[in-house]
Amino acid sequence: MGLFKLTPPFLSSTNRVTDHMLQLSLALFPAIIALVYYFGSGVLINIILAIVVAIASEALMLNLRQRPLKPYLSDGSAIVTALLIAVALPPLSPWWLTTVGTLFAIIFAKHLYGGLGYNPFNPAMIAYVLLLISFPVEMTSWLPIASLAESQVTFSSALQIIFTEQLPQQLSYDAISAATPLDMMKTQIGLQQTPSQILENPLFSRFAGEGWQWVNFWFAIGGIFLIYRKIISWHIPVAVIVSLAIIAFITWLISPETTASPLFHLFSGATMIGAFFIATDPVSGATTIKGRLIFGAGIGLLTYVIRVWGGYPDGIAFAVILMNMLVPLIDYYTQPRVYGANR
Amino acid sequence: MRQLGSFPGGLVLDGHKNRSTHLAIRQAPLSKTLILPLQQHIGEASVPTVVIGERVLKGQMIARANGHVSVNLHAPSSGHITAIDNQDIPHPSGLSALSISIETDGKEQWAPLIKTDNYQKLSAHDLRQNIRYAGIVGLGGAGFPSFIKLNPGIHHFVDTLILNGVECEPYITCDDMIMRERAEGILDGIAIMRHAIKAKSCIIAIEDNKPEAITAMQIALAQHSDHIDTEIVIVPTRYPAGSEKQLIQVITKLQVPNNKLPIDIGIVMHNVGTAYAIGRAINHGEPLISRIVTITGQNVNKAGNLEVLLGSPIRDLLDFCEATTQNPSQLLLGGPMMGYHLTSCDLPITKTSNCILAGVENAVTEPMPMPCIRCGECATACPVSLLPQQIYWHARAKELEKTQEYNLFDCIECGCCSYVCPSEIPLVQYFRFAKTEIMNQEDEKKKSNVARIRHENRQTRQETEKREKDLRQQRRKATLASEHVDKETS
Repeated sequence: MGLFKLTPPFLSSTNRVTDHMLQLSLALFPAIIALVYYFGSGVLINIILAIVVAIASEALMLNLRQRPLKPYLSDGSAIVTALLIAVALPPLSPWWLTTVGTLFAIIFAKHLYGGLGYNPFNPAMIAYVLLLISFPVEMTSWLPIASLAESQVTFSSALQIIFTEQLPQQLSYDAISAATPLDMMKTQIGLQQTPSQILENPLFSRFAGEGWQWVNFWFAIGGIFLIYRKIISWHIPVAVIVSLAIIAFITWLISPETTASPLFHLFSGATMIGAFFIATDPVSGATTIKGRLIFGAGIGLLTYVIRVWGGYPDGIAFAVILMNMLVPLIDYYTQPRVYGANR
Repeated sequence: MRQLGSFPGGLVLDGHKNRSTHLAIRQAPLSKTLILPLQQHIGEASVPTVVIGERVLKGQMIARANGHVSVNLHAPSSGHITAIDNQDIPHPSGLSALSISIETDGKEQWAPLIKTDNYQKLSAHDLRQNIRYAGIVGLGGAGFPSFIKLNPGIHHFVDTLILNGVECEPYITCDDMIMRERAEGILDGIAIMRHAIKAKSCIIAIEDNKPEAITAMQIALAQHSDHIDTEIVIVPTRYPAGSEKQLIQVITKLQVPNNKLPIDIGIVMHNVGTAYAIGRAINHGEPLISRIVTITGQNVNKAGNLEVLLGSPIRDLLDFCEATTQNPSQLLLGGPMMGYHLTSCDLPITKTSNCILAGVENAVTEPMPMPCIRCGECATACPVSLLPQQIYWHARAKELEKTQEYNLFDCIECGCCSYVCPSEIPLVQYFRFAKTEIMNQEDEKKKSNVARIRHENRQTRQETEKREKDLRQQRRKATLASEHVDKETS
């Protein structure tokens, strides 16, 4: 304990960044289990691959930037980024897709901006958008729900598909690729079907998508755990969900024949992971209370606009990045009223 | 029951107060040498009225107030003046300042005291002057001359006098103990203060973690029916509830407007220890020559509160309380949230020293600040609703104007933000740095303005001189020419 090194206060809470990241990872677990249950073990392979690449590239960048390895590697932020990328990618994505995404997130979106705390955009979402624009085919080849698939993908065949991109003999290409509920809804509405007709398809299990709705449910549970543990505040997730629900409800009221219900929007695609795990990234998100409400509402709104009127089936990633750009402005204009101030 | 307000943020901290409340207030031993810095208060340093070698009596004035914002200083014990020179003083940056040193003779011989039998016969003005002559300053920590705060001015009406017995910093118990043991003395001081400011009502605010103090004050109040409209308000324990503005918010639900004082909303606040000192000064004629100091911490065997003569070296107090360390790097002056490290054990106790803390439990050891992840915990903890994460960002980048746009100067440096920061960033340090930088820049600006004006004046002066010189030359030439013509024509 040096004489002048320490400055008041001399007390500190035990709350640490590493702890935040650990609890975040923990909260992702129920949804990961659900993903494995519905989409097979490919999800796990993605996760392990992404974590290995993330840690390696994080170490490389820290080394190049001459930062101490231990404290920065153990903060866990690279692992969280890796987890978010891995669960956002299709379960049988080729290895290079996951690798390119993770490398881009860690090297470009994070370290070239100054590393942890300095990235203006959410690294996982930057990676996702890069992959979606560059490799649209691979990014939209989702595996059908296990229970609806003609044949099951075993762990070894998942390994083979991911690392060699060769289909095992017993599997056809059709067996490992299907439209997601959001995809299906969008194309079928384009074909003049009404949402209620579309929901008859077993893919939806009459609600928001077989499997998908439960994955969303478990993401929401994990998110509520984070709010309970005070790792995230409720403002952003609630704002995302409420604004998405409101605009979906309004358009659904106006035109129920051409738009899906608000509940469909809430429980399909990446809504819940987006609301609770992605939009709540503190570094790239708004930091004031009012600002978080505006930030979240913007994401909900943009997500809906992109899903329904845009070119992509899901819009969370774009919405988050677009709102990231507005963060400095939002924070500046939503400063809380300071003690004794007039306004 | 009064409906209490609250302030945003704040912290519920482990108080560690029991450590120093087992023993009653003890008299600290008389030290051989007392060192009395001439400035123990906010404002102008006082001016010595004694010379080296002079014998002084206990309670005798040794330095007089200089200017309005200043108070007198008195000899805490009888003895001889041995030096009037620069001595190290308790200060975060280890400064030294002009001080008077007294070698005590152990006789404790008092100077004649002028006490007032009935303070009510004195005018408010005379009371204030007596309080000023007695050298009384705010004993809660800031050390602002008390007589100024007892002068509401003709345009103000005092609604409430609030006595601050909150003492929200962990470990410190000097106010707690003075309330437990000297409740009547505090009430005496309150009566005098109310007479001086004509306060309509009085509130004694005590945090709910001090039940003994609350009971003691309640009993004393019940026995003195002359204290009308006086209420003891129990406030929830939450740091920094003892900060003036925050306490006003808790008690009245009002906020002191920006750039205004509590008096502008009809409130005057004084510390309970100050009230006691005022009572002693007016009713007994004793100037402020001692104060209660908490000596506590992990490394103190007989922790407790001492009545300490001003100027006593901290080392003697640590010895008396059987502290196991004399290493200054393990000593704090003040509490663990806002206190600072001492540079030496030989520093003297001053009017504002409330606590010597030797060994903080679960203290920060080796902070390894990580980058800010903008989690916003600091903003949630901030009792003035600042955005520490944003101010930090701009302070780090030295964008000082931006820090002001985020209201840097409203920061009360309570340390809540640093406490909760998961990245262990010394936020308060950054804010102090930014404040100092801004003040320095403004000083520089003022100085350079003065220099510029001086330069411009000099230029105009030089130009005028040159013009006059030219004119004179032309005139001379003209006269010479005409003389020449005259000669030729003659």
